[in-house]
Amino acid sequence: MTNRFRTASGGRIDRAAPLSFRFDGQTFSGFKGDTLASALIANGVHLVGRSFKYHRPRGFLSAGSDEPNALVNVARDAARAAPNLRATQVELYEGLKAQSQNRWPSLSFDAGAVNDLAAPFLPAGFYYKTFMWPAGAWKRFYEPKIRAMAGLGVAPDLPDPDRYTQNHAHCDVLVVGAGPAGLAAALAAAESGAKVILCDEQAELGGSLLSETTATIEGKPAADWLAATLATLTARDNVTLMPRTTAFGYFPHNHIALAERVTEHLAAPGPDLPRERLWEVRAKEVVIAAGALERPLVFPDNDRPGVLLADSARTYANRYGTKVGERAVIFTACDAGYRAALDLKAAGVSIAAIADLRAEVSGELPSRALAAGIDVRPSTVLVGTKGRLRVASAQLAKVTKGAVGPAETIACDSVLMSGGFTPSVHLFSQSRGKLVWDGAAGAYLPGTSVERERSAGACRGVNGLQRVLEDGYAQGEAAALAARTYTSPARGATPAPAAPSRSIPASAEDLGTDGFIGATPHGRNPAFTKAFVDWQNDVTAKDLKLATREGMRSIEHVKRYTTTGMATDQGKTSNMNALGIVSEALDTPVPKIGLTTFRPPFTPTTFGLFAGAARGDVFDPVRKTAIHDWAAEHGAAFEDVGNWKRAHYFPRAGEDMHAAVARECKAVRASVGMFDASTLGKIEVVGPDAAEFMNRMYTNAWAKLEPGRLRYGVMLREDGFVMDDGVVGRMAADRFHVTTTTGGAPRVLAHMEDYLQTEWPDLDVWLTSTTEQWSVIAVQGPKAREVIAPLIEGIDLSKEAFPHMSVREGTILGVPTRLFSVSFTGELGFEINVPSAYGRAVWEAVYAAGERFGITPYGTETMHVLRAEKGYIIVGQETDGTATPDDVNLGWAVGKAKKDFVGKRSLLRESMSAPDRRQLVGLKTTDPKIVLEEGAQIVADPAAPVPVPMLGFVTSSYHSAVLGRSIALAMVKGGRARIGTKLMVPMPTHAIEVEVVEPVFYDPKGERLNG
Amino acid sequence: MLIITCPWCGARPEVEFRYGGEAHIARPADPSALTDAEWADFLYNRTNPKGLHAERWRHIHGCGRYFNALRDTVSDFFVTTYKAGEKRPDIDASSGGSK
Repeated sequence: MTNRFRTASGGRIDRAAPLSFRFDGQTFSGFKGDTLASALIANGVHLVGRSFKYHRPRGFLSAGSDEPNALVNVARDAARAAPNLRATQVELYEGLKAQSQNRWPSLSFDAGAVNDLAAPFLPAGFYYKTFMWPAGAWKRFYEPKIRAMAGLGVAPDLPDPDRYTQNHAHCDVLVVGAGPAGLAAALAAAESGAKVILCDEQAELGGSLLSETTATIEGKPAADWLAATLATLTARDNVTLMPRTTAFGYFPHNHIALAERVTEHLAAPGPDLPRERLWEVRAKEVVIAAGALERPLVFPDNDRPGVLLADSARTYANRYGTKVGERAVIFTACDAGYRAALDLKAAGVSIAAIADLRAEVSGELPSRALAAGIDVRPSTVLVGTKGRLRVASAQLAKVTKGAVGPAETIACDSVLMSGGFTPSVHLFSQSRGKLVWDGAAGAYLPGTSVERERSAGACRGVNGLQRVLEDGYAQGEAAALAARTYTSPARGATPAPAAPSRSIPASAEDLGTDGFIGATPHGRNPAFTKAFVDWQNDVTAKDLKLATREGMRSIEHVKRYTTTGMATDQGKTSNMNALGIVSEALDTPVPKIGLTTFRPPFTPTTFGLFAGAARGDVFDPVRKTAIHDWAAEHGAAFEDVGNWKRAHYFPRAGEDMHAAVARECKAVRASVGMFDASTLGKIEVVGPDAAEFMNRMYTNAWAKLEPGRLRYGVMLREDGFVMDDGVVGRMAADRFHVTTTTGGAPRVLAHMEDYLQTEWPDLDVWLTSTTEQWSVIAVQGPKAREVIAPLIEGIDLSKEAFPHMSVREGTILGVPTRLFSVSFTGELGFEINVPSAYGRAVWEAVYAAGERFGITPYGTETMHVLRAEKGYIIVGQETDGTATPDDVNLGWAVGKAKKDFVGKRSLLRESMSAPDRRQLVGLKTTDPKIVLEEGAQIVADPAAPVPVPMLGFVTSSYHSAVLGRSIALAMVKGGRARIGTKLMVPMPTHAIEVEVVEPVFYDPKGERLNG
Repeated sequence: MLIITCPWCGARPEVEFRYGGEAHIARPADPSALTDAEWADFLYNRTNPKGLHAERWRHIHGCGRYFNALRDTVSDFFVTTYKAGEKRPDIDASSGGSK
């Protein structure tokens, strides 16, 4: 297709580089330098989407990142599809494929458009009023249907094959926005010697200068000045220029997040390049030069394709050599409409009329329009537009003393509107700076700063090209100066606006400060008009007025009730008009209505950018023991315990978990099993005061524990509740080998460090985490001693020389070991600690030595069953942070004679020894085949009136193959006094009868421990 | 993300640190001498001020040390940091964020 709507010449597109692309399956052509939007407009295409709620046909509203309508899906393939991209920001490349969204079956005939006729039934807040019955239908029926109808694009359901990187950068001055103010700021800061980063969301740096055809700066055409300035900045090695880079988030202490789109504009991205880069910048000083956004006017049917912002139409003409139509009507409240009219006329667009909301029309631009023969009509409003898929006419009416006169229809194929400019204060607001209402400017402007930043140019209400350039230069210089004296991120006083220190003479049309906020009068029956405020969320002036009638007063409430400003464009084009309408409806001045908060991201940001490399296997670190690979080779099923992968059980062919665990349990009880306990936390506590330190940290008494002996230690928090437990070996008078639970290791070390560093810095103790230094091989069962005996040297393993709960140092296969005689199964047992590098070799040697006894590797599930048969608790399973040692039958481990230890004082509180506290007991189901649900509640009488008093809950429950029945541990109120009684465990369909028993099911006298 | 100045290592990003609660709450030398109410006060009651707050941080992914900081809870800027065991600097809230 030909580019019928191209200007004869001009623009920044490369007319020697034609590109072909597809939109909704149809092939079009454009030029290098086009956006998808400018190329479509050049081909006469304005219908590009359907609206969110009413499915009304929509075209382009703007030419930049504020675009609310023209959201498209751009897909290189099924996995590389990006929905909801603003066509105004999508750079054209050869072969680009884009699709419109939210329409079915097609863009020009959309079945969902019936919503437009049903609009009376879809008022503001309809979500809250309709769809409420029957109960539950919202989740099951209405919500999915509404979401399907009112949708934006659809995300691809394949994994993203692209790469995203995350980088950090530091600079003296970060300048956000490369328009005239930003360029001047970067230039000034760079000349002062500061290290500068200048970023801009667009492909080309220059901002509004890219749309200037007649302006001059320092005697040169704006385009030439821009090229020279960029060349100067590029040549400086203290400046980094970042086009296609959006500063999307301003976080505390001048931490600014930038999204750099690296390959989105390339026809064939190289495999070496990431798709996007996240830059986390720490800047000593920030200059925000974000410019201003043109405001639409709110009048009936202002959303037809072909209705655009006036300055955007000017950008399409001047920058992209594209005419938005052949005949335009302009509706304006400021001189921007005239500037656009003149430039479009020069580009070959005929201007049917300029309707000016203002009564007084004077000044340079209006005079030039009149001189050019344009039909200028003061005190005139647009009261409507007509046309099915594209605007075909506009209705103009004179306003006399507030009354709207009869309408005159003027044929046109485009309507350009301008309500003035809104300073872009998003980043300033994100930085927690206070905005202040400036009545003269009719805008919110940056007030008190919180961070070390300053705004420059149009985003702080400065207008006029020369003033903007000089303000940018002054702010850039001031920022560089402030960066030189930087000591901390804290901002002192709000910086006074710097005075221009250099003149940058420029000539350009002066637009003044006129503008309009709110809805323009139309004199029509409001029931039958839709004057859009928020294009993306389909919010009309009527909706906002309805919200105020229904009692909303704060803009925060109006926003949530109507969803105005809540779409992906965050109300860039709609917020101020919404404020104006609410202000008028409530007869309250704008600053009294309040202002909604701007939040990151400035424009939508991909998940890929945030995820970066943290996907799949590297999403979260995986911890594996030295014995992991052996277990994997032997068919282990693994479970996650914290970040650790632990062997859960070792199924043989045909076995499920239940069968494997039953076999493993029996093997340990009957002969011998081996278990990888390497994940146990380990801390080496060393120093002259080590025993004193242990005395204070644990409930137990350590002073009299002889070197070579082990003790089971209980650690409390200061509030008296069990925090951790573990076996501790005294290696020497001044050295303890402390073990902790697998999950508790970092917590315990931090807890110890806290007390050692801040409460008892006088104690001479050193703490070292040794969790990963030791592999721990537990050999458990009656044959355990016989298995390891041939491998051990230097340790007398006899019962007399090496009793239960001892530790000896020797060697196993020549590898130094700390050998523990310890059991977490109730059987004779040893734990072989060897340096991790030898873990697998020693494991394999023990396995080989045990083969003649049928040694059985077992996993965490069997470990859990065996310890439950013995009533050994697991901290975090039996305890929940509210259990005292006595509650879990560990009162014996509390050193009563000790004057103090962490948690002791809390144990003395009366309630900590109340007889009705939940206490650890065993449960036996009357039917031995029933295995209780862990977490199930326990009651005395399930038929008791609601609320049924809860007595406790099941903490551990297993089938015990060795005992041939189910067993359970539970925490039950006054449990020890209930031993021998029956209680009930209610389930959804029936209640299960249980008997309360002692929590030791197997070998209650502990005779097997000694082999 | 905040920038926190470890008195041992210098300015580092917040991710290297762990918050440690209010500072200058010494564990009583003889807890058994305290009434239940006094002990509960030590355990649970904190000042939670609007303004300058003396608080503990640990440079857990750095030197591992606990240290103290004065932070303005309104602005979230640190006024100063100092080593554990040192006295709280005599800075009043009005100068919060000025350093």
